[in-house]
Amino acid sequence: MKRNVLQPGIMDLAKYPFLAEAGDYLRDKGFNLEQLGHPDWAPLVEKAYGRIVVASSGQIYGSELERLENADMEILSFIVAVILLKAAGIHTLTRRFSLAEARRAEKYLQQDLWSSKDKKNLDLPLKIIQELFGVQVTVENDEFVIKVADYLQRAVHFHEKEWKLVNRRVQHGFVYLTAHETVRLIRTELGQYINSKIQSITLPAIPDTFKVRVQDLVLLASKFSDAPVVSSDYPPCVKHAIEVLEKGENLPHSGRFLLATYLLARGQTTDQIAPLFKNAPDYNERITRYQLEHISGSSGKGTKYQCPSCNKLRSENLCFAIPACDGIINPIQFGKKRGKTND
Amino acid sequence: MIEKNSALVENAIKEYYFNHFDLICVPPKISQREFGYQKINGGMIRHVAIKDIKELHLLLMQETPSDVYCSNAYYSFPNMPMSEKDWKGADLIFDIDAKDLALPCRNDHSVSRCSACNDVILGKQNVCTKCGSTKSETVSVTCKNCIEESKKEVKKLVRILVDDLGIKNEEIEVYFSGNEGFHVRAINSNYEVLGSQERADLVDYIMFNGAIPETFGIKKQNNSKSTLPEMGELGWRGRAALALFGSKSKAPKVSRQVILDGYSAFQIRLEGMRQTIGARVDPKVTMDIHRVFRLEGSINSKSGFSKIKCENLDSFDPFLNACLLGEEKVDIVANCPVSIRLKNKKYGPYANERTSVPKYTAVYMICKGLASVI
Repeated sequence: MKRNVLQPGIMDLAKYPFLAEAGDYLRDKGFNLEQLGHPDWAPLVEKAYGRIVVASSGQIYGSELERLENADMEILSFIVAVILLKAAGIHTLTRRFSLAEARRAEKYLQQDLWSSKDKKNLDLPLKIIQELFGVQVTVENDEFVIKVADYLQRAVHFHEKEWKLVNRRVQHGFVYLTAHETVRLIRTELGQYINSKIQSITLPAIPDTFKVRVQDLVLLASKFSDAPVVSSDYPPCVKHAIEVLEKGENLPHSGRFLLATYLLARGQTTDQIAPLFKNAPDYNERITRYQLEHISGSSGKGTKYQCPSCNKLRSENLCFAIPACDGIINPIQFGKKRGKTND
Repeated sequence: MIEKNSALVENAIKEYYFNHFDLICVPPKISQREFGYQKINGGMIRHVAIKDIKELHLLLMQETPSDVYCSNAYYSFPNMPMSEKDWKGADLIFDIDAKDLALPCRNDHSVSRCSACNDVILGKQNVCTKCGSTKSETVSVTCKNCIEESKKEVKKLVRILVDDLGIKNEEIEVYFSGNEGFHVRAINSNYEVLGSQERADLVDYIMFNGAIPETFGIKKQNNSKSTLPEMGELGWRGRAALALFGSKSKAPKVSRQVILDGYSAFQIRLEGMRQTIGARVDPKVTMDIHRVFRLEGSINSKSGFSKIKCENLDSFDPFLNACLLGEEKVDIVANCPVSIRLKNKKYGPYANERTSVPKYTAVYMICKGLASVI
């Protein structure tokens, strides 16, 4: 990012501490790591640790930005949290922290966009969006306007129907959004941006006062293990594909691909899958095996093909969604319940 | 295809590429495109890189391919295997095919050809009346109605591309596909970077797939407070309003009824509208960012017609404008239960008859499997 373009103030840096200017600001004020290791700064390390703990539980860390004297602590606690995470080196924790921090920043971005009458406020969030993510946003009568292609590249990752382009106001190559939607659109990228910033820093020698909390983070991370429960039931799209084949009707190539990739992902072998296609009107054992092996990655270039997304299946008229499909974006997720264990 | 037939078709194609090479329109960035081609009775040859138009001419003259394709994508290394090509972007492409439009005329010009004994019968048949085989192939003879209906879909598509997606008219090229439909290519830098998933959503937009009542102001709860869009609005809201109301004077009355009918009824209405206001393109083609697409100006071996540019869609007549093969007479045995009209002259129907027809007609019927050279 270019310096002196955004020129954010200290309050802005407290809201968006991941901006490169935040580091510059602290350096200019003369802070260094050695100094922060002094016992006097213990509350700061606690605050930073707390920031990670809150994030790891899926919550958004709330700042006390009303009081300006806290701004330095807000910026510093973010930086120290990043150092603690880097030292602990646990990706799950870093990812959760990045996402939570992105959602925190999202709140402020939205507020800043919302008060769009005040041009000063609007400049910074729009520039953050443009310079960090290359998305140009303009304002037209209280609406935020972005190019269709920029919209699609982000919105396809959401599976709620209202994010489909067809449910948006689209004119002359632009999509019209509210402040909330504009910011929601870049949340994932913001998370990835923060994550990649953490990944890219080189860790300095850390003070001893930090080390205890690094140990605690390792302990904390061990608590987060997801235990997926796999149901034996197939999703309706896969059931449909099997039924079509059983009836001896023609299943289009895309349907066969779905069936093969789905069953392979569920751990079946090509030997187990091949007989399913026996009823197809154009069945040829040799070709079926060749194609299954190709899809599974055991022949050809070794690329293992993934099961197509629900979105793609909908476009191909292969989706027969039932209520149990709510909230999934790929047939593979069907019937998997995520049970969290807390011990 | 038997040898006598393939010799005639190959000769006609060679003549075409010799006389009409100027009709070939290679999309921009020729050297970054992947080319592919097929020879009669041969398999598909892909991953061919071509330096310039001269090299392409040479290939067409040397190989006389029955079909030539060029990628919508551009790559750093178009002749490398797919994983090493280094994809840079791809034009937006659309395929409108009459066979996907479920038109009532289809039965009148579709013939069933038995794969075992080659017997031909009008309409669909499951068992061959002559030899009892259950394997057959359906062949469709291009029909005027199919072409006119496809043109309507092209017009809907172009309107959406221009009005909604902001693509300029001069960035859009419409071609007759060379058989039963149209191909549209849009070259606009905003969209060339889109991946397959993004194009899938774009194609849903174009086809009016996945629209929800909320988008048109219909609420699940408190439905009485719903307000429908107005006819003057741009995009789908305006088009849906037009489809619902028909005219401005009817709007208040229809609007009251629509709101009274409620959410679920509106969902059904949307489903119905999909067929009429959505542009019916083949989603698989637009979603494919590695597709080799029939080369503009080349011959389509399903018919012997050219994939030719439609400068004026309304007056475009494929039976005249895309019929560009040689005219000298050829003796054939034709078994074609549907009459065809090429260059304003009617041929057939023929029931296993010997006849003498111009080369373009002979090639057309041979390509459809409905005639053979004597």
